[in-house]
Amino acid sequence: MSEVTIRKQAPRGMITLRGDLSVPALGAACAEVNGCDLPARGQAAHAGEAATLWMSSDELLLLLPQADVPDALTRIGAALAGSHHLAVDVSDARTLFSIEGAGLRDVLGKLTPADVSAAAWPPGALRRTRLAQVAAAIWLRTETEAQLICFRSVTDYVEALLHTAAKAGQVGFHRPLR
Amino acid sequence: MLTFECPYCGVQADETELSPGGEAHLTRHGPESSDEAFEGYLFLRENPRGVHFERWRHSFGCGKWFLAARCTMTLEVFGTYAAQTTEPPQDILDKITGRRPGWRRLG
Ligand SMILES: [Zn+2]
Repeated sequence: MSEVTIRKQAPRGMITLRGDLSVPALGAACAEVNGCDLPARGQAAHAGEAATLWMSSDELLLLLPQADVPDALTRIGAALAGSHHLAVDVSDARTLFSIEGAGLRDVLGKLTPADVSAAAWPPGALRRTRLAQVAAAIWLRTETEAQLICFRSVTDYVEALLHTAAKAGQVGFHRPLR
Repeated sequence: MLTFECPYCGVQADETELSPGGEAHLTRHGPESSDEAFEGYLFLRENPRGVHFERWRHSFGCGKWFLAARCTMTLEVFGTYAAQTTEPPQDILDKITGRRPGWRRLG
């Protein structure tokens, strides 16, 4: 059996940071507020529950405890003063789900056109894609655990999608059933 | 299925993760131009049966515009490149002529 468990996570602090990722002060500011290194393209860096996700060539998403967000914004603003950037608290605009279980690639494969094979999407990689009709960012933390971020306005839709795709009756394509 | 590699993310993006933006490498003719030039900019397109240069946006991904060369007859993709490119790059043109001997760009 390879059951897949879907869990909506407690609200998490999230900061969208846009700017020139090659500016040393930007990487230093990120490391200071959540303890994570700058992730490489298409990757996520994490330290405990905190993480920094590569969202585009000029955009990062910082995950950190929600209570730390105001202070983090102040510190990022001070560190990047004079350098063109944008740092915004988007915690209330996003929902975080965790997807756990050996069959998670099969569950994701039902919902996204992205190639979910291990060759195309190794653990550690993050991909922004389409989940049925809405946008989502999916970070494959390990081979059996993914974190998914979507807009809060489509939370119920995404929750229903994931639960439907994870219903009993495994596919066994990406991990053959025994 | 049509798949493009986003030059910014490096991922293989499916057509349904992208938004089409029409023909690439157009020269904009604004308010000071002649009626003829303005009409050409707004309405007239090459639209050959075969190789097209197009604008696409990675809308379900990084959100960035990029350019692509592909064949509308076979869906073969010759390559993708940054939107900040005024003419098709030489390596893309070489790849097209390698696959389509005698091919010439229209316009
Ligand atoms: Zn992209």
